[in-house]
Amino acid sequence: MTISLRGLTKVFPGGVRALDSLDLDIGEGEFFALLGPSGCGKTTLLRTIAGLETPTSGTIAIGGADVTALPPGRRDVAMVFQDYALFPHMDVTANIAYPLRIKKVPRARRDAAAAEVAGRLSLSELLGRRPAQLSGGQQQRVALARAIACRPKVFLFDEPLSNLDARLRLEARTFLKRLQDDLGVTTVFVTHDQSEALALAHRIAVMDAGRIAQVGTPAEIFRRPATTFVASFIGSTPMNLLPGTVAGGTLRVAGAVLPAPAGLPDGEEIVYGVRPEYADLSPVPRDDAFAGAVTVLENLGTSTLVTLEGGGQDGDLLVQVVVPEGEEPPVGTSAWAVPHTGRALVYHGDRLAGPV
Amino acid sequence: MNTVRHVLGRLASAVFLALVVGFFALPMLWLASAPFDATPSITVSIPEFTLANFRAILDNPYALGSIGNSLIQAGGAALIVVVLAALAAYALSRVRVPGRDALLYVLLLLSSVVTGTAAMVPIFELATRLNLVDTHIGVILVVSGGLLPAAIFILKDFMDATPTSYEESARVFGASPLQILRHIVVPVVRPGLATIAVWAMASVWGGFLMQYILLRDPAKSPSAVILYTLYTEGGQPNLDLISTFSLLYSLPVVLMYLFVSGRYGFRFHGGIKQ
Repeated sequence: MTISLRGLTKVFPGGVRALDSLDLDIGEGEFFALLGPSGCGKTTLLRTIAGLETPTSGTIAIGGADVTALPPGRRDVAMVFQDYALFPHMDVTANIAYPLRIKKVPRARRDAAAAEVAGRLSLSELLGRRPAQLSGGQQQRVALARAIACRPKVFLFDEPLSNLDARLRLEARTFLKRLQDDLGVTTVFVTHDQSEALALAHRIAVMDAGRIAQVGTPAEIFRRPATTFVASFIGSTPMNLLPGTVAGGTLRVAGAVLPAPAGLPDGEEIVYGVRPEYADLSPVPRDDAFAGAVTVLENLGTSTLVTLEGGGQDGDLLVQVVVPEGEEPPVGTSAWAVPHTGRALVYHGDRLAGPV
Repeated sequence: MNTVRHVLGRLASAVFLALVVGFFALPMLWLASAPFDATPSITVSIPEFTLANFRAILDNPYALGSIGNSLIQAGGAALIVVVLAALAAYALSRVRVPGRDALLYVLLLLSSVVTGTAAMVPIFELATRLNLVDTHIGVILVVSGGLLPAAIFILKDFMDATPTSYEESARVFGASPLQILRHIVVPVVRPGLATIAVWAMASVWGGFLMQYILLRDPAKSPSAVILYTLYTEGGQPNLDLISTFSLLYSLPVVLMYLFVSGRYGFRFHGGIKQ
């Protein structure tokens, strides 16, 4: 089922504008991520789609039908909460079968349906247990099973992986992606973790202060972030964002002379962005590189994040570069960070002027 | 020197503890022995065993009936308090009401006045005009009114501690508010409800003043009031009847405690990932 949101606005009592006239279209069968820092309105948006919050203005349509005025139970959506919200006094079977109990399915049939879904999620051994007797990963699967059991048109997941420990999270991520693929049901999930969004979603909406900063596939969002906010938010190591000016067809950024994208007049101020992964370290001075002293080395396992300090006029700019294993420069030496051609991004007035 | 001081210290603390235990245990011992004693006094002694006191209490026209009255009044009040307090506490916990906390504190403050002696005259006046004097329902309503504020206050804490995501989850699956209350909220806060029910029953069971004032007919009086009438013709407390009746009077409350703690206990199963 498709979901379309038009002019969605939510103002909480007290004047907090959580959603600001937001338009969004989510396609049939899509695995869609709402990504943003805490307080950006992503959870409010999910809850508004579920019907747990009433929008101040705007409309929500699911499968082409306007559901703005419908209560949550009549929208045919299933939601998995961040804390899973498994009913503590019911065993796994009763929890999974609960949506069917509300739909007045006879006990024998709903228990059979619960057992079938549980089997699919490898929960068959646990049917008689209470939620408190399950591990975090098992609780999450029970919550998913309960959502699946009611065969909704849309799944809504609120931070589905945030309550799992780091190792389990990666397993659960793969599992979740495969499950969504198998079910083919339109799924919207909220996350503050950009790597989760990049790994799981077909498309991502990056949200900032109640608005959508950018919508796109993970590759688009990663390669061509539309604003400096998206650029700084996406990527496991933060992007280097350095102020600079346009001068005679080139950019002057922190002492480096770099090629400029077409169409920028001289003297304009720009922000030059390059990911640490998209820069190399040169031991000898170059004009098209950021100079600095190596101050911090952070081991990332197969690579190392190097921080250079001392670029710019005041000498206080930091530039980070990822270097492969075994190529770390010694701390205290001088080095030059060379951006890869075509991988750096130039922002003019917080709009992407183009890659260079 | 040190060991002597240590031994003396241990000895002193043991004596002190024995005195404290004795102070609290003696009345219990009296309650256990006096009913079976042919000539009970207010001292604890090995009884001259007899069941005659029980026969005598059964011959009293009001004694057994009064336990029934106590059950009706305590049970009725507990039912009203649990149902109304649960609904009010749920609403107060989940709905934003301006001045909610102030309302709760004022209620709590006034509740001690409502059941207390200060409001006795107006309550009696009110009960008279509503023809509630000398009825079970009159007693039940007045004592429930006194217990409700504290019950709401305590239950609201239980409700506040229950995550709203349980209810929201059920709402998304299409459960109606009453279904949510029945399937989710009541089972989850059941230890709280059991606590309130026991507390309300025990308070009404032990209550004397309101019952004494509101009831004329000894056939409707609860045990606590009947206990007060067990005097000899000479005006002396009739100790054989009083002790025997006290034992019968305390048994139901003890049984209720055992039943409730065995059945409902203080369990919380979890199910929200912390």
